[in-house]
Amino acid sequence: MTPTQPLPPEVTRIRPSGGWRAVDLREVWRYRELLAFLTLRDIKLRYKQTALGVAWAVIQPLLNVVVATVFFGNLGGMAGRTGTDVPYALLTLAALVPWQLFSYALTQSSNSLVAEQRLITKVYFPRLIVPVASVLSGLVDVAVTLALLVVVMVAGPLLFGWPVVVPSAAVVAVPALVLFAVLAALAVGLWLAALNVQYRDIRYTIPFLTQFWLLATPVMYPAGIVQDARLRLVYGLNPMVGVVEGFRWALLGTAAPDWGMMGVSAAVVVALLTGGVFYFRRMEKTFADVV
Amino acid sequence: MGDVAIRVDGLGKRYTLGGPRERYGTLRDQIGRAGASLRGLLRRRQRADARPPFWALKDVSFEVKRGEAVGIIGRNGAGKSTLLKILSRITEPTEGGADLYGRVGSLLEVGTGFHPELTGRENIYLNGAILGMRRAEIVRQFDAIVAFAEVEKFVDTPVKHYSSGMYTRLAFAVAAHLEPDILIVDEVLAVGDAEFQKKCLGKMEEVAGRGRTVLFVSHNMTAVLKLCARAVILKDGRKVFDGTPAEAIPVHLSHADRILPEWRDDESRPTNPDGLVRLTGARVRQPNGLIGGLMPADKPFDIEIEYIVLNQTSCQIAFRLNRADGETVLTTGDGDVRSVTYRPRLPGRFTSRVRFPGHFLRPGRYYLLIAVNRPAAPPHDLLEAVVHFEIDGVGSLRELDGRLGVVLPQFHWSEDCVGDCPEPLTLNPQRGGL
Repeated sequence: MTPTQPLPPEVTRIRPSGGWRAVDLREVWRYRELLAFLTLRDIKLRYKQTALGVAWAVIQPLLNVVVATVFFGNLGGMAGRTGTDVPYALLTLAALVPWQLFSYALTQSSNSLVAEQRLITKVYFPRLIVPVASVLSGLVDVAVTLALLVVVMVAGPLLFGWPVVVPSAAVVAVPALVLFAVLAALAVGLWLAALNVQYRDIRYTIPFLTQFWLLATPVMYPAGIVQDARLRLVYGLNPMVGVVEGFRWALLGTAAPDWGMMGVSAAVVVALLTGGVFYFRRMEKTFADVV
Repeated sequence: MGDVAIRVDGLGKRYTLGGPRERYGTLRDQIGRAGASLRGLLRRRQRADARPPFWALKDVSFEVKRGEAVGIIGRNGAGKSTLLKILSRITEPTEGGADLYGRVGSLLEVGTGFHPELTGRENIYLNGAILGMRRAEIVRQFDAIVAFAEVEKFVDTPVKHYSSGMYTRLAFAVAAHLEPDILIVDEVLAVGDAEFQKKCLGKMEEVAGRGRTVLFVSHNMTAVLKLCARAVILKDGRKVFDGTPAEAIPVHLSHADRILPEWRDDESRPTNPDGLVRLTGARVRQPNGLIGGLMPADKPFDIEIEYIVLNQTSCQIAFRLNRADGETVLTTGDGDVRSVTYRPRLPGRFTSRVRFPGHFLRPGRYYLLIAVNRPAAPPHDLLEAVVHFEIDGVGSLRELDGRLGVVLPQFHWSEDCVGDCPEPLTLNPQRGGL
């Protein structure tokens, strides 16, 4: 067929591709329903065959807060170093909103391609959908933990005499921050997913990675611990620092985050995500042969 | 030129032998190679290039017209699956290209993405989306799919509670309601019970009859004859024939000519990644205990299948005995006598044996298709066309070759005389036999 002839509406051209390719966003969009179904499936399957079911989505953050409050807040003395009158438990719960999404997404997306190897070796679809679906399915936790946070914010003053915490106008930034958290999780998840196809060593590093990352993120302690301005910029290289500080600011009306640090976090997410997408696309064509 | 549906041009796919399968490994493998591993990691590319490349497909070109049904045939390892995977976009070609004009539906397996915990309804939507159906399309076809699968009452039951028959029916029903312009089908999906195979083939005939373009990949000549007006034969990754199926038969048979009475596993052989049983060997053993591919028709022989059970599971060791032209003579499973299909197994190495009586198979060439089946999931392991042997027409039944029938058994006849019986005749021993 000569190039001048118009092509019928649906033409599939199969050619060996070069090394680096951009994402075919139009194609991903065409497969949006598959993305939705895979996300829904992951959500539905999460608490199947568990006695407590969805209650786990509440129990997990609650227990995390209790443990953090006892060990870090009280025994570790962090509760006294928050620099705000917002109770330590609330600060931790607000941080858990994005952190749970991040750690869940890290674990799920890194293993996602290997877990879907039957699909990958039998059917074509943009492979990007697989890790994206596993990250998106973590949004359930965000919703549940947010609801839990609201309950605790109301119940705290009534039951424990905590000071009343009211979010400032910054609360409108929550959707943007959720997106920030999703992108941060995806940025790391894409790298791990693609690497795990080739090197199954990745899956063994995930528990350590998650643990170290948690300690490097101000979830159980305030970001204010890092005082030095230059050190704060380095600290911001961990994108979750920006995300967590942003959530506290938007949900609890604490002081605005260090914007320099936020900027560094955002830049890191953009860089990691762009690199991750390109790396993923480069490795994508060999997934079916290697997985 | 507008009537071309598929154009394949100089398609080639190179694998680095042993490469892709070795490249990833568990941590244990890595520790085993601890010293070399880091350096190896860095040098992977050079090492990979040093291995001899293997072309699973090379310089394959052909065109398929709109509405044409073309069969791609070839023995195991001829490149059929690679071609199928490239055209389905699962893997990329190394060189050359292909254009497909129209909506493509490819079925390498039915029930891909089915999840046991999800209900029939949920699986229909998920599987439909995986196969490329739009939600609106699935909604429109939903009742038809459920009716075709005959699972109306169980549509909101998790499929893990389905019988294996229901499961397969539902999986196939979704695939059958895919309405692509070009359908690419692997015959492997027709592995299953006879009823299911018939349904698959019937549906494909229907699709081909409606003017859709069908590319049917098979090693079964009979099915290709039935469905396709044209056949392309692949051998060692190259196209060696393109013409009518009738003309293709002798070419295909000449490839199957080699008698291979024994098959041994090759460690690099890719198998079902979640298979718990691996076939490791299969052979035909002559009455004297020797392995040989030429069997006298009047003597019994054994078919031996060796396998390793890696993990406790439930399965059926089964094989299909096919004539060289692809027609199935019989299928047998190791639970048949006990009237069970799947039997629980413990890990270990096993050899299963079946004795074939003499005076049973018709002289001619045969091959086996061996499977380790399990309920409601693809087989643990599957070998498409291994162990080729020939039944030689020597012996007492040679003179009977003219009679019709797939098998040529020698039965014992008896007679009863009713009423007034004559004296028995004395047979002249010279004129004995039948």
